[in-house]
Amino acid sequence: MAIEHADVLRAAHLARLGLDEQEAHGYVNDLSRILEMVDRLQSVDTEGVLPLSHPLDATQPLRADEIIEPNRREAFQSCAPAVADGLYLVPRVVE
Amino acid sequence: MQWETVIGLEVHVQLATQSKIFSGASTAFGAEANTQASAVDLGLPGVLPVLNENAVAMAVQFGLAINAQIPEISVFERKNYFYPDLPKGYQTSQMAQPIIGPGEVEITLEDGSTKRIRIHHAHLEEDAGKSLHEDYHGMTGIDLNRSGTPLLEIVSEPDLRSAKEASAYIKAIHAIVTYLGISDGNMAEGSMRCDVNVSVRPKGQETYGTRAEIKNVNSFRFAERAIAFEVERQIDLIEDGGKVIQETRLFDPDLDETRSMRTKEEANDYRYFPCPDLLPLMLDEAYVEHQRTTLPELPAEKRQRFQHELGLSAYDADFLSSSRPLAEYFERVKDVAGDAKLAANWVQGDLMARLNKDSLDITESPVSADQLGGLLLRLKDETINGKAAKQVFADLWERKGESADEIIDAKGLKQVTDTGAIEAMIDQVIADNPVQVTQYREAEEDKRGKMIGFFVGQAMKASRGTANPQQVNALLKQKLDALL
Amino acid sequence: MHDLTLAELARGLASGDYSSRELTTALLARIDHLDPQLNSFITVTHERALADADAADQARQNGQAGILAGVPIAYKDIYCTEGVRTSCGSKMLDNFAAPYDATVVEKLKLAGTVCLGKTNMDEFAMGSSNENSFYGPVKNPWDTRLVPGGSSGGSAAAVAAGLAPAALGTDTGGSIRQPAAFCGITGLKPTYGRVSRYGMIAYASSLDQGGPMARTAEDCALLLNAMAGHDPRDSTSVSRVVPDYTHDLEKPLTGLKIGLPKEYFGDGLDSGVEQAVREAIKVYESLGAQVIDVSLPHTDLAVPAYYVIAPAEASSNLSRYDGVRFGHRCKDPVDLIDMYKRTRAEGFGDEVKRRILIGTHTLSEGFFDAYYRKAQQVRRLIRQDFLDAFEKVDVLMGPAAPTTAFELGAKADPVQMYLQDIYTIAINLAGIPGISVPAGFAGQHPTERRPVGLQILAPHFAESHLLNVAHVYQQATDWHQRRPELDV
Repeated sequence: MAIEHADVLRAAHLARLGLDEQEAHGYVNDLSRILEMVDRLQSVDTEGVLPLSHPLDATQPLRADEIIEPNRREAFQSCAPAVADGLYLVPRVVE
Repeated sequence: MQWETVIGLEVHVQLATQSKIFSGASTAFGAEANTQASAVDLGLPGVLPVLNENAVAMAVQFGLAINAQIPEISVFERKNYFYPDLPKGYQTSQMAQPIIGPGEVEITLEDGSTKRIRIHHAHLEEDAGKSLHEDYHGMTGIDLNRSGTPLLEIVSEPDLRSAKEASAYIKAIHAIVTYLGISDGNMAEGSMRCDVNVSVRPKGQETYGTRAEIKNVNSFRFAERAIAFEVERQIDLIEDGGKVIQETRLFDPDLDETRSMRTKEEANDYRYFPCPDLLPLMLDEAYVEHQRTTLPELPAEKRQRFQHELGLSAYDADFLSSSRPLAEYFERVKDVAGDAKLAANWVQGDLMARLNKDSLDITESPVSADQLGGLLLRLKDETINGKAAKQVFADLWERKGESADEIIDAKGLKQVTDTGAIEAMIDQVIADNPVQVTQYREAEEDKRGKMIGFFVGQAMKASRGTANPQQVNALLKQKLDALL
Repeated sequence: MHDLTLAELARGLASGDYSSRELTTALLARIDHLDPQLNSFITVTHERALADADAADQARQNGQAGILAGVPIAYKDIYCTEGVRTSCGSKMLDNFAAPYDATVVEKLKLAGTVCLGKTNMDEFAMGSSNENSFYGPVKNPWDTRLVPGGSSGGSAAAVAAGLAPAALGTDTGGSIRQPAAFCGITGLKPTYGRVSRYGMIAYASSLDQGGPMARTAEDCALLLNAMAGHDPRDSTSVSRVVPDYTHDLEKPLTGLKIGLPKEYFGDGLDSGVEQAVREAIKVYESLGAQVIDVSLPHTDLAVPAYYVIAPAEASSNLSRYDGVRFGHRCKDPVDLIDMYKRTRAEGFGDEVKRRILIGTHTLSEGFFDAYYRKAQQVRRLIRQDFLDAFEKVDVLMGPAAPTTAFELGAKADPVQMYLQDIYTIAINLAGIPGISVPAGFAGQHPTERRPVGLQILAPHFAESHLLNVAHVYQQATDWHQRRPELDV
């Protein structure tokens, strides 16, 4: 399946990646070649084959419902770009 | 044209676990910002989720309560989108294989009739944090304490046909989750939130109209108002030749209207895929059966029992089973007093009126179920009469005594049932009121019944209210009629 | 001391030949002196290393030292280390001092090891040459014009150059085995779930696995003993007894059945590499092993399936780098969307962006079934190939990479670079363990001899056997003892 300029711009927007026109152009070329290679998957018949998400046939373990995490706000916020009054700050969100 | 409203609801219930769905941080409400956001809740690089066993148990209990299928395997998926209060850039949720399959919920309508609403599925997911839009130096503040709080999203089929039905449905879900104790059901704190899908169609048409999704409906009342507004908007739009578009709308309780959120929606594509950090969840039959043994009696069962075993009216049974604390209060009163109807009347009547007046919840009642039951026991065994009972209740409310018996003793409210004593009082009343006696004797026979009330009143007064009114009445009639 | 193996150093420390402080000081000096040519470290933790060393020496005096106490190691900069920059090779995390230790770091700390520092890597572990690092490329100690392989290139180069006796790597599609091969060291990728991923920054969660990189299989076994085990913080880590991986190292290989997948000896395999690998297999035959031809029929679909699954998972895993809670944030964002887009455009390098875009696209509405679902179906077929093969043989052998190390800048085309991993990638899709061991050199001229890695594969959780097979070979050969000549 070919990938178009618009597909790259759409993916970039969904992924919140800023791209200028020229970069987008380069990615259309790269991604086309990668998808061409990926298209080899279509050559095999997978009718009735269950998708495999995890390499082991294991099931989800469960955790006891216990509070074990202390308040580490200071340590966690020491690597934050902008905080005030214990809050993470971001540019104004308009609802 | 006659229009029919079609409503489906997605109810998000915050589960009452101690810790988050995927981390060991506390879920307590109201903590200082970001003090309950652990490394996992913040989505720090390298962290991984591990599923809380109670979130699973609670979801399964809900499933059993609505007679749902519980699939052996369910899968967590990632719903990908960017928002500042969504730390990882995805919400861990369930899509193709939810933990709870199809089931049904019974709702009770105003006329006492019931209707079954099909549940499409219910799934587990994590809550996001909160954006605080107050001005922080021109910026928005993000509090991630709520991030990772477990939610059970309950998705109904489009089986609801009016705002009233929708409200009854939300109440039914509220009753079930609070009965099960899997949520505190506190809507003011956001423990239950609804998204409402609304469409209209000409009556008789089979296919559904285009629906709008109303987000952020956080109370029974808002649900009714939001739906009422939205239905009218859609009908007006269609009748004016317009078309309803599929979109997300936000309910604004201040303006009492819904408005389009289209701008935020553009190009949404959540790219769901199985979360590679979590494995398929397997629940075998033994697990499900074990959960079944933990279930309490549920509202629908309780309603049935109140009606058919205790002989209450449909209305009373529905009202008294509407919340678990109320039902438990009522049942305790009933057990102590030994009379279901008397208990039902007092709980719904005097107690509710007093609670409403002081804006108190049943759990905050100054009169305990044991106290009220003790009072009704004395009313039933005729130790006191109805009038004295009201006085004892008032005193209990004011905490003027520990028990009905204590107040009855202290105030001498015991009903006088000694025939000799009552006869003496009556003789005195007759002797003191010769004019009225003469009037009684000269009155037509059918008027005398009414006139006897005067003598009863005098006799009760003389007994300071403690005489048994029925006894007084009968003796008076006997004595006055003897004078004829 | 820098020429000794981890096992030898452990013995030297135990017998008091030198203290951990002496050893650590010598290695730090060697790093300071030689690493400017190689760029194998992003961060050298001088103070912490000496403090760790002193603590280990103290523990030894108190009679509380374990076998690894005082042994210096390095961590790929993908492992979170509390209070130390954990960059993942990215500008995005250049300012990120992790507020916690990865489980594996915690375990190795508990075992008394000394942390020398954090090694260079391809950004977010995406690459096969270590040219995708924000901190610049790593040079191959055998020839600084060459790449060391990737993405654990810094760890491989540091071990090969004798800057650290061992280092941790991670392997999502070959990122331990291929650089181990290029740098002439031993690198083990354990079974998926054997080693905790908690605190190991995720690239593709269903494929990532941490493992040891060292001079010998014995060293890898010693490290795996300390690293492996169930972690209640990682749902995908396996609750299964951890054996002593050194216990079976010496077992004779008589009767060992080795499968040679014909697909691993086809077109595109460098003849020098093939020759070295076939020589190694002859050694095994001389040790009593039996060689059987087998087929892994879906081998050519492994790279295509991987380049759907890994970027899809990565596109989602890397969404958390949004400039809100940690890491890079662009200057003066005008609004939220501007903050996201510029932060991520500035913070991520070209290859990371490429994979985010591919992953986002293939998961999008309308493409999911054709790409993602299909790739997962093929993944099951690929795993089945291995399960079928292991019905007939005990281990599989082949080259770790189709070529030896190539020149820096030689593979500008992404697809050409991706094909570097044709022999390693299927192993991650299947989740089985694999090891690369030095198996000689290839090259036209004696001055251009480049290391070749023999890859050995075993069934799920058969690490003991894998290490035994590798160790016995290393007892019979001396390729793992060869050292590059560095300009000292």
